[in-house]
Amino acid sequence: MTTSALLCAEGVAVDLATPRGNLRAVDHVDLKIDAGRTLGIVGESGCGKTMLSRAILQLLPRKAKLSGHILFDGQDLASLDPKRLRKLRGRSLAVVFQDPMTSLNPVLTIGTQLIETLQEHLELNGAAAKRRSVELLAAVGIPAPEQRLTQYPHQLSGGMRQRVAIAVALSCEPKLLIADEPTTALDVTIQAQILDLLAREQRRRHMAMILITHDLGVVAGRADEVAVMYAGRIVERAPTPALFKKMRMPYTEALLAALPKIDTAPHTPLPAISGRPPDPTRPLQGCSFSPRCRYAADRCHREKPLLTDAESPDHQYACFYPIEITAGVGA
Amino acid sequence: MATLELGIGDEVAVSPGMRPRRLGALFWMAVGWMIFVFAAAAFAGLLPLPSPTDMDMLGRRAPISVLHWLGTDNLGRDELARLIYGARISLTVGLCAPVIGLTIGGALGILAGYCRGRFETWVVGSMDVLLAFPPLILALAVTAYLGQSLLNLTCILGVLGIPAFMRVARASTLTLARREFVIAAQALGATHARILLRELLPNVFLPLFAFFLLGVAVTIVVEGALSFLGLGVPPPISSWGSMIGEGRESLEIAPSLAFLPAVAMFLTVLSFNLVGDTLRALTDPRQGAL
Repeated sequence: MTTSALLCAEGVAVDLATPRGNLRAVDHVDLKIDAGRTLGIVGESGCGKTMLSRAILQLLPRKAKLSGHILFDGQDLASLDPKRLRKLRGRSLAVVFQDPMTSLNPVLTIGTQLIETLQEHLELNGAAAKRRSVELLAAVGIPAPEQRLTQYPHQLSGGMRQRVAIAVALSCEPKLLIADEPTTALDVTIQAQILDLLAREQRRRHMAMILITHDLGVVAGRADEVAVMYAGRIVERAPTPALFKKMRMPYTEALLAALPKIDTAPHTPLPAISGRPPDPTRPLQGCSFSPRCRYAADRCHREKPLLTDAESPDHQYACFYPIEITAGVGA
Repeated sequence: MATLELGIGDEVAVSPGMRPRRLGALFWMAVGWMIFVFAAAAFAGLLPLPSPTDMDMLGRRAPISVLHWLGTDNLGRDELARLIYGARISLTVGLCAPVIGLTIGGALGILAGYCRGRFETWVVGSMDVLLAFPPLILALAVTAYLGQSLLNLTCILGVLGIPAFMRVARASTLTLARREFVIAAQALGATHARILLRELLPNVFLPLFAFFLLGVAVTIVVEGALSFLGLGVPPPISSWGSMIGEGRESLEIAPSLAFLPAVAMFLTVLSFNLVGDTLRALTDPRQGAL
């Protein structure tokens, strides 16, 4: 892998010690993202998306063990001393969380939260920080930004709060923004607004973004590249158009099929993926998707397929019997 | 939907801050009594009062008169003067002792809840030891070795309050430290000190302050009980508790000697509880949130 990428993760694995044994939340994930690009990470709940983002931010729970390298701007985050890591966070790395109800401090006003972040990182004086806070709130589409500064988070609606959270994250012009399911807790109509806002600010600031979601529809129009995660591993990775044109991994196909479509007849049953993700404390011998895969063959239960770029260097997938190429063979 | 959201936003923008709320006559009566007691205690030296320690053996247990507004006690000392000077002691101990508990207990609790690990085990363990130690024995031991004084009394009551404050602070920190805004602060590059002081402390302070006002009320009562037992401030200084204790001797002849300080204590404690409850409900910006 080249080191010119903004973020380059190699062999990242996160192990959590649980009472039921070792839990491998993230399993040898390789990632690369260039400046100004968007990477979508898609997968169902519990597949390690959030743990991966926490690993990048070095905000893993204390019991978690991280291995592998995470190079950001040429520095290995995992071995960075706490002081330099603190400087990097906020300044270069920022995050927007899923639930805007809990990601803002309930007893501090919005102004306090924004202004203090600005003063801390950009060493602005009070008046300049306040001016910049108003600009930021206006930029994320909040009406009457000056009055908002004196309000508490509970006085705003969910969508407004998420906008404030985005303003806080953007406050120090980060190079990489990690949006961890930024729209999951929001109303569907607000979702599109927030995603558009993120895309607009990203273009304007030329920052890279990792968009984590369980909804393929969210990444479809907004990510340059999509990585599909399952049971802690990346099982398919491709540029977005290529992925939607010809997906290879049966899991990606199942995820897409499970999306409700506007043109299907009413009362059509939704083809949900049957079963549940495997217990991460008891890793399977074969492909982790094999128990739920409709194409699974003997080999899938015995061996673990590796992420390969069989067709083109851009399109990688981890499957012995990718769709279309060997359609029908594994079934 | 966008227009609807803007509509709500404008409405909120028109009335920023809290909606004014009726506080009720009871609240203002409680505040009035507190101001009265505080002012009387603070300006006791300036008031045209007879000395609280001057005895008049010929005028013992005198009834209410122009000279002695509330009469005199068993030793002919002015009852009103003793009540007011007693308020000084009761309020000093009642406020200072919980402050000791609030600062030390609060700091230990927040640190224990945030740092976890061995430090937390150590703090919780030592607080359990302190809780298990009989408080009266501690008070007896300290007064026996270090003597009876206002400072010793305040320190004893303050130290005894630390475990309760520590538990309140730790309990709220434990729930808060898992919340996303703490992780968000870390993700923004906040130092541990910053997270403790700016993110956690303002959140923990509200329940702690409510507990503090309760602590003031409890401490005034406990100080009274200790003084009643003769473990409080040494005579001839008066405190409400010691006045009740002295009044006990003449309960049949002059019940007002025990009754008056008891009423003063009752009203003060009740005022603290009422004001504490109302203030907490008023200043909690989290109400309605979540």
